[in-house]
Amino acid sequence: MIEFINKLFGRQNSGATAKERLRLVLMSDHLSLAPEMIEAMKRDIVDVISRYVEIDNSKMDVHFEHQDKSLAMLANIPITGVARNNPPGGPGNGSKADDDAQAASAEARAESAPAPQAAAPKPQGSGNGPRRKRKKSGGAQAQGTPAPAT
Amino acid sequence: MHQPAVEPLQDSAGKTLGRAIVITSGKGGVGKTTTTANLGTALAKRGASVALVDADVGLRNLDIVMGLESRVKHHVLDVLEETATLDEALVRDKHSQTLYLLAAAQTREKDDVDTDKMIALIDSLRERFDYVLIDCPAGIEKGFQNAVAGAQEAIVVCTPEVSAVRDVDRVVGLLGNKFTPQLVINRLRPALVKKGKMLSVDDVNSILRLPLLGVIADEPDVIVSTNKGEPLALRNDSQTASAYHAIAARIAGEDVPAPVVEQKESFMDKLGNLFGGRGKR
Repeated sequence: MIEFINKLFGRQNSGATAKERLRLVLMSDHLSLAPEMIEAMKRDIVDVISRYVEIDNSKMDVHFEHQDKSLAMLANIPITGVARNNPPGGPGNGSKADDDAQAASAEARAESAPAPQAAAPKPQGSGNGPRRKRKKSGGAQAQGTPAPAT
Repeated sequence: MHQPAVEPLQDSAGKTLGRAIVITSGKGGVGKTTTTANLGTALAKRGASVALVDADVGLRNLDIVMGLESRVKHHVLDVLEETATLDEALVRDKHSQTLYLLAAAQTREKDDVDTDKMIALIDSLRERFDYVLIDCPAGIEKGFQNAVAGAQEAIVVCTPEVSAVRDVDRVVGLLGNKFTPQLVINRLRPALVKKGKMLSVDDVNSILRLPLLGVIADEPDVIVSTNKGEPLALRNDSQTASAYHAIAARIAGEDVPAPVVEQKESFMDKLGNLFGGRGKR
């Protein structure tokens, strides 16, 4: 919160900047050092999505990108077909797969910045726009934000 | 809060062996050699027998920091290649009867070192000394592998900089499950931390999450002591020396209070705080 206020007034000190940069660079270091983990995660993502829609496995693209204050996982998974009688075999919130969502790309976004995100996660509009999921990633700790202001 | 740095002495075939501890960091220039020299000096001051091994083949420096450069006649590779005995190669410290240095070869390369022979050398030192401190070269290549191979414990030295923390993180990953490295944060400048212009101990360790062995402030007397070739830990009248002594005590298993780095405020700092009480960080 204090960080947010400081940022608002452009008052972030270089120590905080260093910490932020470090957090980000270590996340991407750890990801690049764990290719087998990423492969396993891709398989799991495919597993989950395939329960609801048909996807083109071969054209799937998952990668990580540095965005302003966060590291994002961007997944582009072409959907080739949607089952009529959606049978959510899996647990959890059986998503209402929209019929007209043909070939829409699902974009999952794993946020991990503890920094205040100005925009709240948009509630799912029923339309065929890309789906956005936000969740805190477990990648790095979100604890110990520095320092009380005096 | 503090971490008891106790690891039981290694027993092997009934014999009590010393502890071989590698001092590493990944990044160069963070103070591995200075830390090795001072911890060796501090441990010896406590009465322990200590061998310092310079594993930085090709870039020998520990002899300089210890002020023993003129006494070095043989080096690690001489011993590994049996052109000198261990006794011939070990150089006794100027100040302590129980502190010895095994210098690195200056004119050779890190690839010349045979890992198995290095392990055997460290083992034979462990039979004779309570502690074997191995000064690891920078990098994560062969020199690092050789330095780590014979050790059972690791100390990672990190400065409060993004690059240093990143490299330590990498090294800790490479050390794997064999070690639980303990952390020494070196060259901390408390005044800068207070102003929010330097990563704090908590900042660094909230990321690395290692047992914190100690914190060494960035003080001019460290440089002065290196200039003279007399490790600061020889002294008792310096705050930085006390920090090294505290680390040595922790290594020896003593329950020393958590490291506190004193704020040395100048008059101007105090003046500034008095008048300019604006929000920090």
